[in-house]
Amino acid sequence: MTSDSPSEKRLEELREQAWKDGVVPGKGVDVAGGPIPRKPGYYGQAVVKPPVWTWEIPLYFFIGGTGGMSAVIASAAFSFHHLDLARAALWLAAAGAILSPILLIMDLGRPRLFINMLRVFKPQSAMSMGVWILVLFSACAVPGLIALELLALHLFTGAMDQLLNIAAGILTFGSAFFGTLLATYTGVLIGATAIPAWFLHRLLLPIHFGTAGLGSAAALLELLGHRIAALNALGYYAAAVESVLLIWLSIDKHGVADRAIHEHGSGWLIRIGEILTGPLALVFRLFSFVPFAAISFLIGALVSRFGWIAVGKVSGSDPESVFAAERL
Amino acid sequence: MIGEGIQSTNQRKHSYVQDRVEVGFFTDPSVCIGCKACEVACKEWNQVPDDGFTWSGNSYDNTGHLGASTWRHVMFLEQDRQKGNQVTGPMGLTPQSEDPFRWVFLSDVCKHCEEAGCLEACPTGSIVRTEVGSVLVQNDVCNGCGYCVVSCPFGVIDRRPEPLHDAGGAFKCTFCYDRQKSGLVPACAKVCPTESIVFGRLDDLRARGAERVQQLQQSGYGDAQLYDPTETSVRGIHAFFLILGEPEAYGLPPKPQVPTIYLKSAWTSAFATAIASVIAALLAFAFFS
Repeated sequence: MTSDSPSEKRLEELREQAWKDGVVPGKGVDVAGGPIPRKPGYYGQAVVKPPVWTWEIPLYFFIGGTGGMSAVIASAAFSFHHLDLARAALWLAAAGAILSPILLIMDLGRPRLFINMLRVFKPQSAMSMGVWILVLFSACAVPGLIALELLALHLFTGAMDQLLNIAAGILTFGSAFFGTLLATYTGVLIGATAIPAWFLHRLLLPIHFGTAGLGSAAALLELLGHRIAALNALGYYAAAVESVLLIWLSIDKHGVADRAIHEHGSGWLIRIGEILTGPLALVFRLFSFVPFAAISFLIGALVSRFGWIAVGKVSGSDPESVFAAERL
Repeated sequence: MIGEGIQSTNQRKHSYVQDRVEVGFFTDPSVCIGCKACEVACKEWNQVPDDGFTWSGNSYDNTGHLGASTWRHVMFLEQDRQKGNQVTGPMGLTPQSEDPFRWVFLSDVCKHCEEAGCLEACPTGSIVRTEVGSVLVQNDVCNGCGYCVVSCPFGVIDRRPEPLHDAGGAFKCTFCYDRQKSGLVPACAKVCPTESIVFGRLDDLRARGAERVQQLQQSGYGDAQLYDPTETSVRGIHAFFLILGEPEAYGLPPKPQVPTIYLKSAWTSAFATAIASVIAALLAFAFFS
């Protein structure tokens, strides 16, 4: 510290003033916890509680969303007699159906009491609905996969084969039905909470989570070697919707109330995720770099799920966001 | 009323649980002396584990905020405003400056909402409404999913972290339901030396609160008001407060909403997305294969 630095000059000034006036008025600086603290709210304390969820939940959002929408692709493929693609897509769905509960149970504070989730059916709780959606999805996707595999092996003939075909169809369509809900309900789950940056975007969240799931499913199947035009079209669709959502997010700003989406590290995760799933994936597809588009979309979808949980943590810890959201 | 001794609703036995009477807490900072007896009584009776001794530097408040192991929290507000007609001396060194200063203490607690976000969100049915209208977490049922934590508009309930006793579950004020079932008053109200915390029938307390606000306003506390969000979707709280000044200064949300009001629009968006995804998949296979 040199003697002509601003802070040293200020001390000189104070000394001269004390010498001249005999007193130096002034309240000094607001130290943390000093009298009349100027932090927002009550000493800057959070008004609502930020989520306690750790990495398992955003990863579950990604895997559940991809698995759920894979079942939709499986159904469409099954309807149009692409049996190989239907099998591959249902493999993804079944993998999602098995990994998702594991991740959810891992995140519980008391994993052994997981089964208590199944003692109530509660429409007003998105968590309860989500558990039942996941259970029913798993109950369709896993046996559906077994039926499809048996069908592909041509073990049976005649009536038995017909029966297996019908069962595979019903289970595949069932898993598609619950799969779409599995991929989208997660947006409702975090959208219907007291966290300002989440509930202000409760319309966008299910669209984003569902479409990211569909795009991820198509991308993963393409990377597994199913390079067909239908999947490329779905890739275009998902990337286009995500690009629109990127524009929506940058227009539909609520100032302080949802600043966690536009500032901090959480804002960067959202931005990176949206650019990777939206414009970048779109551009790669336009130039026919399909594997790049697929990888870009998958990484973006994963990053953005972590981003939205990070947004919840930042927004929930910010008292000014809560006040601002309630004054809107 | 103060001075009623054992006749006060804070001390005498009652049968509210048996009679299914709505009860409440009325907490009045204008008589709170910041002794924290409520915090101690709560921890001792409910055997709530200590969650660390940290020095916050925020006035005399080293408790911080309500949480899984803090069910009563005495707030210490230091404000540059006058308290009623009290005459304040200058704080600065210049004698001519007017530096009003006041200290306000308020014992915060779970609000036991009429429409409780935590109760609606709980997927295990662990959180229930009791006969007296309070909201109770059944510890042995809770599996610690954490959804109530983000659903509480007041940031009250939280999941208890390791390595504390009974870690993993969600905890908050029980309104001393165990004591109430035996006709006893909640521990915090029982020990409050100035009856800043009053326990009693909710309708009596609401009348008492309104009366107290009037009384304070007549004695110069122009900014005294009741904090009881009956106008929002929370539809009123069982543990309501008298506050001096704005709710924000107490870390209380000015217009709390129960998150279930967001469900309709969010589910509509989810269903629309689900249908759009199915149509997109079918069209993709119909036209590009």
